Amino acid sequence: MEIALFIPCYVDQFYPQVGIATLELLEKLGCRVTYPAAQTCCGQPMANSGCEQDAVQTYRHFVKTFEGFDYIVVPSGSCAYHVRHHYDVLEQTEPVQRVREKVLDLSAFLLNVLEISKLDSSFPHRVGLHQSCHGLRGLRLGTGSERNMEEESKLNQLLEMVEDIELIELQRADECCGFGGTFAVAEPAISVKMGKDRIADHTRAGAEVITAGDMSCLMHLEGILRRQKSAVKVMHIAEILNGNSI
Amino acid sequence: MSQHAKKAETFIANEARTDWHDASLWMVREKRDRASKSITEWEALRQMGSDIKDHVLANLDTYLVQFEENALQNGVQVHWAADAAEHNAIVQSILDKHQARRVVKSKSMLTEECHLNQHLEKNNIEVIDTDLGERIIQLLDEPPSHIVMPAIHLKKQEIGDLFHEKLGTEAGASDPQYLTEAARQHLRQKFQACDAAITGVNFAVAETGGVVVCTNEGNADMGVHLAPVQIHCMGIEKIIPRWQDLGVFTRLLARSATGQPITVFTSHYHRPEPGKAMHIILVDNGRSKQLGREKFRNSLKCIRCGACMNTCPIYRRSGGHSYGYTVPGPIGSILTPGIDLKKYSDLPFASTLCGSCSDVCPVKINIHEQLYWWRQEIAKENALPAAKRWSMRLAGWTLAKPSRYDRMGKLARWALRILPRFITYNQMNTWGKGRELPEIPKQSFKEWYTKNKS
Repeated sequence: MEIALFIPCYVDQFYPQVGIATLELLEKLGCRVTYPAAQTCCGQPMANSGCEQDAVQTYRHFVKTFEGFDYIVVPSGSCAYHVRHHYDVLEQTEPVQRVREKVLDLSAFLLNVLEISKLDSSFPHRVGLHQSCHGLRGLRLGTGSERNMEEESKLNQLLEMVEDIELIELQRADECCGFGGTFAVAEPAISVKMGKDRIADHTRAGAEVITAGDMSCLMHLEGILRRQKSAVKVMHIAEILNGNSI
Repeated sequence: MSQHAKKAETFIANEARTDWHDASLWMVREKRDRASKSITEWEALRQMGSDIKDHVLANLDTYLVQFEENALQNGVQVHWAADAAEHNAIVQSILDKHQARRVVKSKSMLTEECHLNQHLEKNNIEVIDTDLGERIIQLLDEPPSHIVMPAIHLKKQEIGDLFHEKLGTEAGASDPQYLTEAARQHLRQKFQACDAAITGVNFAVAETGGVVVCTNEGNADMGVHLAPVQIHCMGIEKIIPRWQDLGVFTRLLARSATGQPITVFTSHYHRPEPGKAMHIILVDNGRSKQLGREKFRNSLKCIRCGACMNTCPIYRRSGGHSYGYTVPGPIGSILTPGIDLKKYSDLPFASTLCGSCSDVCPVKINIHEQLYWWRQEIAKENALPAAKRWSMRLAGWTLAKPSRYDRMGKLARWALRILPRFITYNQMNTWGKGRELPEIPKQSFKEWYTKNKS
């Protein structure tokens, strides 16, 4: 099984430890992982701003970089969602279709492909899980509170495999954090207010750490936490699953 | 900054009020959750509602003609209006024919959309909104901020002050029971004196030629039964094929809107009472155009429940007036660009694309996908702010080639590390207004990998 690791651009630049944790975790689970050095970005920043035509070259580059692999694993529901859902503007050649189908968020890869049922990690802290929207509602990595059906959240399933972890309960289980890509800078007032409200929900419940499947949400929340000089930390779920400490 | 962003910033400046607004609407969302989860077939019902509406939109011409034929047979007078002006002129001509000068109206977002009140008032016709929330904002001379709860942005104390000024209630009184009773007495006089009644329409049944109006206050019935002439104004998309389809929608509508199993009143109007007149006006006002846009067509499935507003984290924190259109929130943001793309070009961007709107929608409109698609249309029409346009062009150029990306990444990290705070946190950095930038690492993941792994 040829597995490629895709590290989102902003994770590559700002949160290398998340990429390292993802790689270490996959290797610990026995995967042989390749990191194609030519990779850049999935193209979502341009496309979500309406500039799909400016993203097409990046899409093509993405397909070219990853076309030979059996799976493309990315520690981001949002990037996986973008490739799977919005690469429809490309001509649907065999490599394009294959790449779209084979891009998987880390949690889906761990549970659906590797089918893991236990992890060798411990995290003795009170943790709040932020359900990133593109993973939850886009990729259906769980059931949003809007829907009347039962399907357990993949992120919850994974966190429950971690020893000594204490998952806190939120008043609003899956409200958006307010990041939203360029929304964060185009509508800063609402974006920050939404983030503050999410943080308040987590701190009320006593979270020491806020985790998520998408570092972009956490980058936004971390920015607010640090401005508030809060002691609450953010960690990507890959870091917790890998057994990193705070 | 966009119009929506500016208005949102003003709204949020009063944080306590924003929290109150957010909590009021979240409570409605929670009621909706409980009501929808109390029936096991909820998701199947949504699918059925969606399928029926899709079918209607695909056969709208046939159903409209069938509806008209049946309504005419029932003795109803049917009118067709291509746009708002034609609609208002038709209403005016009916009122003139009946020499009606005092009109009571039950809630109708269509007449809001057509600015009927302003038109009638200009022609010296008194028009009184009889839905409590609508009456409140009419007395305040404000547009609705929500399609189901038009005065949701107001506190009871503010309504008390308004009623004291306009209806003579006691100064400082804000007890909802007391204020409602005052409104009731005031409206009772208006009902008894009216010459004509206007209502909106929730559903129009092609098979019977009848229209259905859902209210919680019974005000549509009060008007219709007291007035010698009744006028029902509806968008052409309100058609459903059969009588038996109605149950699907009444169950979806009230649960989605307010968390009730059904609205208190479901009023069915089929024919005029003896000696009275009944008119139905079918209004297009841009709907055919939207029907012709394949990607955006199914926005016309909307049954105006308002659930997408209640769930929208942006709507709850910016208020309905921040959208600048009769129908605010997510559904408004996919309807408005079809009406005037340049004017409303900021609305599809007033969203994080979180997708909650699509998942609460009782007729499964893919609202968040349409928001994304409208963004593309807006960029194609050159209606993006220049700064965004050019920064995205630069980003696209950079990210298309690894060498450019690697170099730019390194440069940006270096600059962010060495530049003093007053430069990195300048006025232009809207990220930094309320947030810190990430702590910048010396090494990217790629650099780490190259050094340690390859």
